[in-house]
Amino acid sequence: MLSERRTLLSGRTRAALIIGAAAVYLLGVLIWGGLLCPDTYAVHYENKFIAPCRDHIFGTDFMGRDMFYRSVRGLSTSIIIGVLAAAVSSVIALIFGIASAVFGGWVDKVINFCVDLCMGIPHIVLLLLISFMMGKGVKGITVAVALTHWPGLTRIVRAEVLQIRSSQYVQTAYKMGKSRFNVAVKHIFPHVIPAYLIGLMLLFPHAIMHEAAVTFLGFGLPAEMPSIGVILSEAMTYIVTGKWWLALFPGLLLLLALILFDAAGENLKKLLNPMSGNE
Amino acid sequence: MKSGRKIFSEILRVILLLICVSLIAFILVTKAPVDPLVSYIGTNSSLSQEAKDEISEYWGLNDPLPQRFLTWADHALHGDMGQSITYKRPVIDVIAERMTYSFSLMFIAWLMSGILGFCLGLVCGLKPGSIFDRVCKTFCLVLKSAPTFWLGLLFLSVFAVQLKWFPIGMSVPIGKLAEDVTLGDRLYHLALPAITLTVVSISEVVLYTRQKIIEIRNSDFILYAQARGERKGQIVRRHILRNIALPAVTLQFASFSELFGGMALAENIFAYPGLGTATTAAALNGDVPLLLGIAVFSALFVFAGNLIANILYGVFDPRTKEAEYVK
Repeated sequence: MLSERRTLLSGRTRAALIIGAAAVYLLGVLIWGGLLCPDTYAVHYENKFIAPCRDHIFGTDFMGRDMFYRSVRGLSTSIIIGVLAAAVSSVIALIFGIASAVFGGWVDKVINFCVDLCMGIPHIVLLLLISFMMGKGVKGITVAVALTHWPGLTRIVRAEVLQIRSSQYVQTAYKMGKSRFNVAVKHIFPHVIPAYLIGLMLLFPHAIMHEAAVTFLGFGLPAEMPSIGVILSEAMTYIVTGKWWLALFPGLLLLLALILFDAAGENLKKLLNPMSGNE
Repeated sequence: MKSGRKIFSEILRVILLLICVSLIAFILVTKAPVDPLVSYIGTNSSLSQEAKDEISEYWGLNDPLPQRFLTWADHALHGDMGQSITYKRPVIDVIAERMTYSFSLMFIAWLMSGILGFCLGLVCGLKPGSIFDRVCKTFCLVLKSAPTFWLGLLFLSVFAVQLKWFPIGMSVPIGKLAEDVTLGDRLYHLALPAITLTVVSISEVVLYTRQKIIEIRNSDFILYAQARGERKGQIVRRHILRNIALPAVTLQFASFSELFGGMALAENIFAYPGLGTATTAAALNGDVPLLLGIAVFSALFVFAGNLIANILYGVFDPRTKEAEYVK
């Protein structure tokens, strides 16, 4: 608002372009990684520890596996698990948030207490505990991430609903004798959708990062599955001997994915806000 | 009077939350597919079935869950959290010893990220749109997304392996007797994990402070102050700092949860013998008593931070006080 510099594209077009670019990268990695032939990152003991070169742009690891293909494959696994877990988490948040604001009273108190409870234990510790209980592996980490990421979004949804609940058309609906459930589904739910979608978008990077972190510590995906967490924890063993490329490039791929998810979420916020058209 | 009652009810709520946290943690670790007996005596022991039954009877493993929890809680309240299987020592001792390492790490990172972040945010917020602001903001946005463990690995490989400025890991030099270790050695080994943790937690503070300052600078009372002829330094000191100091400090206290998580990851990368490495070791070895102890302890830590944040916000902010008078 301060700078009067004319930009080439309007704010909305730029936001749409950024979202498009993010979608292309993320979907590209997802599909390419999912369809990747396992031969591309197969074990070749004769090619151990090759520094990045033209044949292996990310270098190779201690088993001679090509790090580029392995990272792409790993990132695609991370994205699938992260998106799945975040989606489940967001549905929990949506239900809890609406229920807490619509029903109020003791329901609100109980849900708020649960939110505080979940936020009280450090994320990593809670993730570890749940993953530990589920016996690690893919199932453990997915359930753990899904069960720990709802509190923040629940608060956002609850605040949003509380704001709408006092609006006139909702009050009118109540006065006309509609049931609380009916009002919640027909009038409140559609209004929460934008905030929910943005929250969901911003939840993805968190979920992916926490999955990678727990896997890195050794309590997530099994070591034989290519994933960024596994790659980085293996890299930790060899980094002392100067094999820097094992950590740098896979992490960069992950970082790029996280930033793009974040950027897509922030720009979605702009796009869904009708006021931004005036800028 | 009002604030006293508020603090009391906050503390009561925290105690209730703590009980629930320990209950949940207890259920989670007892439901884990780890047989405490096997993890204690090892998989290939020659103990007879009768002896095993006797041990599990002695430990109360056959009792119903509520009773087991009450037994654990009773002992925990008396300062006995059981025996750690990994370290062969009482859990409370293990936590106490490692706490000093972790706390010095977290305290340094917390203080550094708070002060540095606040200053950077102040400089950025006072000149939004300048080159420094843009660079700083982009840098912080990238840092915000960067995974802690990856940053730690990069720092390790750049500063410890390539440049050899810092040691690669541990808290003391290898091969030195415990009594020969100086404070300098300890600080030297603490530096890299502390820097990592600082860098990880700084972006949040910078972005928050910057945003807040830009908001305040656009408000009417700043315009009024300018109209009165106050100089820039005066405005910053009299109006801006007073308005953002409290929320920034509150935010810093409320971020204990992330701080603990970052600490756990940083310690694992640098093999620093604190609570973070103890957590992973406990979970790897099926060390249920230690895991439970750390979970409860970490929750206590986070709740303490949140409690301080709530009290700071609710009690010391003159505006909330005013709101109560109006009521």
